[in-house]
Amino acid sequence: MSLNPAVSLSNKGAFPTLRGQRWVSPVVLILLWEAGSRLGLIPSHILAAPSAVIGDAWDMIVSGELPSNMLVSLGRAMAGLALGVTLGSALAIAAGLTRAGENALDPPVQMLRTLPSLALTPLFIVWFGIGETPKIALITLGTMFPIYLNLFNGIRGVDPKLIEAARSFGLQGWDLIVHVILPGALPSFLLGLRFALAGSWLILVVAEQINASAGLGYLINNARDFSRTDTIVVCLIVYALLGLSADAIVRALERRALAWRPSFIKS
Amino acid sequence: MAQAVLHAREPAAPAAPATPTPSPRRTAGPAVRLRAFTRRFGDTVVLHDLDLEIAAGEFVALLGRSGSGKTTLLRTLAGLDPPDGQELVTPSRRAVVFQDPRLLPWKRVWRNVALGLTGTDARDRARAALTEVGLGHRLDVWPTTLSGGEAQRAALARALVREPELLLLDEPFASVDALTRIRMHDLVLSLWRTHRPAVLLVTHDVDEAITLADRVLVLDAGRIAGEERIALPRPRDGGPEFLGIRRRLLGLLGLELPPPGPVAELLAFPSGEACA
Repeated sequence: MSLNPAVSLSNKGAFPTLRGQRWVSPVVLILLWEAGSRLGLIPSHILAAPSAVIGDAWDMIVSGELPSNMLVSLGRAMAGLALGVTLGSALAIAAGLTRAGENALDPPVQMLRTLPSLALTPLFIVWFGIGETPKIALITLGTMFPIYLNLFNGIRGVDPKLIEAARSFGLQGWDLIVHVILPGALPSFLLGLRFALAGSWLILVVAEQINASAGLGYLINNARDFSRTDTIVVCLIVYALLGLSADAIVRALERRALAWRPSFIKS
Repeated sequence: MAQAVLHAREPAAPAAPATPTPSPRRTAGPAVRLRAFTRRFGDTVVLHDLDLEIAAGEFVALLGRSGSGKTTLLRTLAGLDPPDGQELVTPSRRAVVFQDPRLLPWKRVWRNVALGLTGTDARDRARAALTEVGLGHRLDVWPTTLSGGEAQRAALARALVREPELLLLDEPFASVDALTRIRMHDLVLSLWRTHRPAVLLVTHDVDEAITLADRVLVLDAGRIAGEERIALPRPRDGGPEFLGIRRRLLGLLGLELPPPGPVAELLAFPSGEACA
């Protein structure tokens, strides 16, 4: 499958230069930031210099403080995400495949969905205390809905003509679900997964402010108390990098699982 | 070519008992039998007191305008709509080729063909069927990379691999280009000769019906408005008899042509879409 001429042209000639140009402004900004810090225009208790941030990051990596706390945060996000994806998928499949399931499950889920999950933080603290449970529960709740909504839509959006054709060849019940409905809903599910990942990160940041004794949120809280803006910036960068790599993982997953899509097929 | 002439249908006498006419084939009974079949959707009667028999190995074309009930009839025969307790005899092995190929885009071509097959030889059977339609080299590609004609041939292979006794074709050539359509006609005829399923071809193309079928039925408002038995030797490409049948069928479809003459020759455009 050949790309359209405009795209292949830019791939050959214009794109690399464009890519090179795109690096210029961020680099200039960082240099200006560094210069501002050195000249005393940006006091370190407002924002640490880039060089200080890099130095602090190095120290934190060498001491093991950053990796260990990052693992704690990652563990929370992954545990919440795993629970949320499981629950959301189970609900979406039950509601998507049967009318009775939809009638029973969809109304309450749609009602709960309107609640910003972070608004439940006080209630979750009352229910689950201030340990790991409320943090993971918040992430679970926040990731469940994007999965539910997208997978449910995906299941209902599978081309009825394909289902009919499969039925005409004798497929029914479980075979129909496994060979036709779920693969057809997979693109929507993966879209939901990307939303869920983004959500899990957002909620993680807030949930970690709940009296944490480890994790990136704990590092940030500590740093705030000592006005260590360099540490805060390091943690922010780590949050960003984790989010980026999560997105990259889903995209790699998409390339594999949706290899049949015309946009992924190479000649 | 054996012309499977099983029975002469009497459109005006649905109450007459099914008189078994001697069959030129050795098979026990007709592949398809419908008796006084009626299908309603709400207040609309789509199929009205319909009688239909298709002999084993017979190639029947069903003509009709949009809304005449031909797709409903095909869906009933395909088992996609339940018969609701009415008399309906169809073979258990039947397969449909739809107007669009309806290949599952997430399964490679051979897996589409093997859909629903059990057993370890599924790939071999799929390969054999795909080879028969000229796609033996495209077993492992994704369906979205097939051309329209190739996709429709893959759909044909998917129907064939089940060795159907009844092959239902729902305007399968409507969405392919004219040249491909001619090749598909030849392909369908040769597959039919090899495997001898009973075929019901739903189409709105009068010429296609005459070119392919042993018998052409015209469906109008849920009833069979008429039929033409076509005894012309294949391949059939025009000629006065062809045009005569064509004229009568178009008449049944409500399209009156002027009497034969220079004008009619001009009007007899080759692709003959009776109604869109």
